Amino acid sequence: MSALTAIFMRDLRLAVRVGGGAGIGVLFFLIVVVLAPFAIGPDLALLARIGPAILWLGALLASLLTLDRLIAADAEDGSLDLILTGRTPLELAVAAKALAHWLTTGLPLAIATPLFGLLMNLDMQASFAVALTLLAGTPALTFLGLLGAALAVTLRRGGLLLTVLILPLTVPVLIFGVAASNAAVTGSVPFAMPFTILCALTLASLVIGTFAAAASLRHGME
Amino acid sequence: MASLGPHATFIVAAYGAAVVILAALIAWIVLDHRAQQRALGELEKRGVTRRSGRPA
Amino acid sequence: MPLIDLANPTRFLKLSGLLLPWLAGAATIALAVGLYLAGNAPDDYQQGATVKIMFIHVPSAWLAMAIWGMMSLAALGTLVWRHPLADVAAKAATPIGAAFTLICLLTGSLWGRPMWGTYWVWDARLTSVLILFLMYLGVMALWRSVDDPSRAGRAAAILTLVGAINLPIIKFSVDWWNTLHQPASVVRIAGPAIHPTILVPLLVMALAFVLIFVTLHLAAMRNEILRRRVRTLMMIEAQAAPGRG
Repeated sequence: MSALTAIFMRDLRLAVRVGGGAGIGVLFFLIVVVLAPFAIGPDLALLARIGPAILWLGALLASLLTLDRLIAADAEDGSLDLILTGRTPLELAVAAKALAHWLTTGLPLAIATPLFGLLMNLDMQASFAVALTLLAGTPALTFLGLLGAALAVTLRRGGLLLTVLILPLTVPVLIFGVAASNAAVTGSVPFAMPFTILCALTLASLVIGTFAAAASLRHGME
Repeated sequence: MASLGPHATFIVAAYGAAVVILAALIAWIVLDHRAQQRALGELEKRGVTRRSGRPA
Repeated sequence: MPLIDLANPTRFLKLSGLLLPWLAGAATIALAVGLYLAGNAPDDYQQGATVKIMFIHVPSAWLAMAIWGMMSLAALGTLVWRHPLADVAAKAATPIGAAFTLICLLTGSLWGRPMWGTYWVWDARLTSVLILFLMYLGVMALWRSVDDPSRAGRAAAILTLVGAINLPIIKFSVDWWNTLHQPASVVRIAGPAIHPTILVPLLVMALAFVLIFVTLHLAAMRNEILRRRVRTLMMIEAQAAPGRG
């Protein structure tokens, strides 16, 4: 347990100090949200209607694009070898890393959403609904991205290839995340229905992402 | 052939697309086979063999 | 045991070389019979002659999914049993699967034009197949961007398995999303129960497509084995090259 805590704390510290990636995700998110009206036009009614979708797309890209160095950095400085040979189960170790990453990049996205919702002309209730769905949905993105981060080590490639591999898998999360946000705004569907499915997807991704990432590291480092 | 009705173009185009894609696939496999055989032949001519010995 | 025999690539090359002409012949005959039956099948009372597109659209849709299933089995072969031909099978199947998925998409779109009045609607089934196509392209991109076959093979195997787990979830999500956005007012492809006069040609065409896939897959696997042989020989040659201290 203490080894896990050590990995978790180390990743948190690495993320927030100089050279760590925390904060850049939120900045990227903000820029995507700012770019959207330039592409669509400053029609406030239209922006309010597609606001949840823009916020979700921005958060999706922000949380996936920040992930490709998550394990590759460990492979370079040798700490991955220690994690692999250590007694801590690899699945738990990568899960601790993903959790630390989510706390430093996924959670800030959800926290910043009510503020960015103002730019999209969303009212308070809608903004908080989007923030709530992001809070429930971004862990799924992080843990699916964890598989991408592990494959990046196996393949010694990063960037666009991983995004291309992982993005199709995020379709269900996007569908139910945006649907739950829209349900909160328009009330056409009860909010709980898509939202509980979104939570279920997150739980499933926790399991699938963790085990697939660990398997990929085990098979890749032989 | 029976008459294809008012939408004949679309039916012919659909079958045509399938034929084109399958033909491209077959052409790729055949050309790939030739290229690999040629590379293998050249390597053998230069006397490079596998440690496990010559093929049976 | 045949599976152990086949583990030897040289023996596989020999056996598949004997099998290939017969498979190609069977595929041609099945295709000819299927096309003949499809040409003589009656028109649908609703969709007219466009129902003929179904005879290539539906079998390629079945194959598009079945090939991913086969790749998942091969992925298990790579990861669990470390069968030496498993990742060869998976790699050879990927572009063929992508090709059948593309056929499914194109024919579906060409069928949609007269039926829906537009080449593309975000119909639940077409959308799921489109995402499947993107996943095929992703695996192909993975194979193309890493030159060490065993390294790429294991990564592709894991990705294929995760994809296999995710595909039903994606299918479910897209269906749900589709009913949310457009209630079932569009004409649905192959919606009504299928009459035997259409079912028989459809099944023969499906058999023909399966035979075509098996033939192409065996040929592509042979190419892949030869490619790896060439790669090994070139590495041996490079190591033995003089003047490299």
